[in-house]
Amino acid sequence: MNSRNAILARIGAALADVPRTERYDAGAIPRDYRDSHAGVDVTALFAERAADYRATVTRTAHAPAAIAAALARRALAGLVVPDGFPAEWLPAELGLRRLADRPPLSVRELDAAGGVLTTCALAIAVTGTLVLDAGPGQGRRALSLLPDYHLCVVGADQIVGDVPEALRRLAPRRPLTFISGPSATSDIELERVEGVHGPRTLDIVIVDSNNPGTGGTA
Amino acid sequence: MSGVDTSSSVVWLGSPSFPEAAREAVADTRLRANLRKATGTIRTKRLAMAGELDDWEELRTAGAAIKRATLRHLDHHLLKLEQSVTAAGGTVHWAADAAEANRIVTELVQATGEAEVVKVKSMATQEIGLNEALAQAGIMAYETDLAELIVQLGDDRPSHILVPAIHRSRAEIRQIFHDRMAEWGRPAPEELTDEPRDLAEAARRHLREKFLRAKVAVSGANFAVADTGTVAVVESEGNGRMCLTLPETLITVMGIEKVLPSFADLEVFLQLLPRSSTGERMNPYTSMWTGPVDGDGPRDFHLVLLDNGRTATLRDTVGRQTLGCIRCSACLNVCPVYERTGGHAYGSPYPGPIGAVLTPQLAGIEHAPSLPFASTLCGACYDACPVKIDIPEVLVHLRAQAVDTKRGGLVPTPEALAMKAAAVALSTPRRLAWAQRAGELGGRLLARRGVLRRLPGPLRRWSDTRDTPAPPRETFRAWWRRTRRENE
Repeated sequence: MNSRNAILARIGAALADVPRTERYDAGAIPRDYRDSHAGVDVTALFAERAADYRATVTRTAHAPAAIAAALARRALAGLVVPDGFPAEWLPAELGLRRLADRPPLSVRELDAAGGVLTTCALAIAVTGTLVLDAGPGQGRRALSLLPDYHLCVVGADQIVGDVPEALRRLAPRRPLTFISGPSATSDIELERVEGVHGPRTLDIVIVDSNNPGTGGTA
Repeated sequence: MSGVDTSSSVVWLGSPSFPEAAREAVADTRLRANLRKATGTIRTKRLAMAGELDDWEELRTAGAAIKRATLRHLDHHLLKLEQSVTAAGGTVHWAADAAEANRIVTELVQATGEAEVVKVKSMATQEIGLNEALAQAGIMAYETDLAELIVQLGDDRPSHILVPAIHRSRAEIRQIFHDRMAEWGRPAPEELTDEPRDLAEAARRHLREKFLRAKVAVSGANFAVADTGTVAVVESEGNGRMCLTLPETLITVMGIEKVLPSFADLEVFLQLLPRSSTGERMNPYTSMWTGPVDGDGPRDFHLVLLDNGRTATLRDTVGRQTLGCIRCSACLNVCPVYERTGGHAYGSPYPGPIGAVLTPQLAGIEHAPSLPFASTLCGACYDACPVKIDIPEVLVHLRAQAVDTKRGGLVPTPEALAMKAAAVALSTPRRLAWAQRAGELGGRLLARRGVLRRLPGPLRRWSDTRDTPAPPRETFRAWWRRTRRENE
């Protein structure tokens, strides 16, 4: 008997107390918890919570200017801009070397790139979380991982209240990365240090959804 | 294939019993100070984060219900998971015990032709002793979580589920990095200080070259979703993302109890886990993947489903709930015993209250008979547990098992003799009165300031670790007789 069958047989024997007629019933799980802990103004809540995690958050109606200002604060060697990043959000002049992931950049090139500019799939207000799903303007997962600086642009209409709504909107078949602030560790005497292996600096620009320049994101 | 001995991996070889190990640990005042500070800090953070949600109890109830219902139909969900992962292009392997899991992973690594792997912190691979097994096959496994790196470089053992190097101070860590990093790769900078920021920076540089050249990664899994085949890893540092994204081959080892029925179930656990574990609204990074993705991340994905004593745990209708554990470590941080002894005393990668119930069940009670007694039964762990595992209930249940396994020997244990003597003394009022009188006289001879510090003969083993209050000069029954007579 192979191990697969052996384990399944052991499970069957171990569950002798479970009536054979009993079926798993997701409907019987008591789900009396809230669907959302967010209030009405999810944009303000997201901005506050993301800043709590030491991300630098800017709210703007004019994305190109805010992006240019954020980039100007950081002395970057270069900036990776994935395919599909909305042209109307890009500053006319980046003022630094722009890299495209086409053909795919090597890990060494990404490591030396300096920074990356991406969109996101959605953002979660209560937890201050960005979710990337490798859609247009985000690129593959390594792009937002190896460069030491990540600037993520979020349309205000992409911000959901809480985790349950976010999971309902996401496609599980896509590779998903939930990002809450820059990478961090508390492994040494439980003292929190921001910046270990992932980008050590995370900037977030929230673009007001009334702005005609938004839309067209993943 | 039943009755496989899993003890050699779940319980560290040569570990003393808990009371022996604990005696040494509590004498280490620096360790106790480190632990008191660390667990105190994390307790405060957890309480604040759990308190922020006014439906925390409802979330716990849902989490417990999902876990318990899933375990009752574990075979169904595992088959569904296998089907979904396979449909997504992954390969599923089944490992009955640690040896088989180690063999599967070793062969998968060998098939790639590589001689090194990078690892994401994983309890399952700690439990099976994977690094040692890989080393025997000439494969180097590099731990990439900062605390696991400290443990690995220090030739040490983990002492906490979330913060495995919680027993190390910053000065010790600096010394370990300074002395050992060069042997493993990029040396620590000469001017390395003991500031956590500097130490983290040294780890970043040391591991960077390993991430960039890694072809094979090994991870654990926090959750695996049966209906979609999605696997999730939660982490903070980004080492997980590096391992899950950059290599060509990804091998994930997960205990069979980690399966969740549906993707939507994650909404409960992604709220419970970070708040219970690190005391954050959300951990910095959570990665989810469903099979390999073209042009993004590993081309080959293998999922190893590990039994290693879990089906034996499942069989016990009281102990079964232990398998609901999501490895948050909240129970460690609130435990008065853990706070004083630290993790090493538990002799297993699973320390603290959850270890005291999980280790004896995975390894067999005969391999860890002292662990169910490593508790005051205060119940703080049950209150803190995000999936409501009634750890005190399981502890008491396992204590009975531990006593039962000692029964039937030719020489009765002192405990059994004491219980027999108690049964005799309590069988008639006259015998009880006689025993109380004897106790009172004996107590008067032995007590100092109302406390018996050392009992005679075989009773010394009891008094060695406890102060016993001296019996009162007058028993309740004597007082009753005397005062009632006076009142009549």
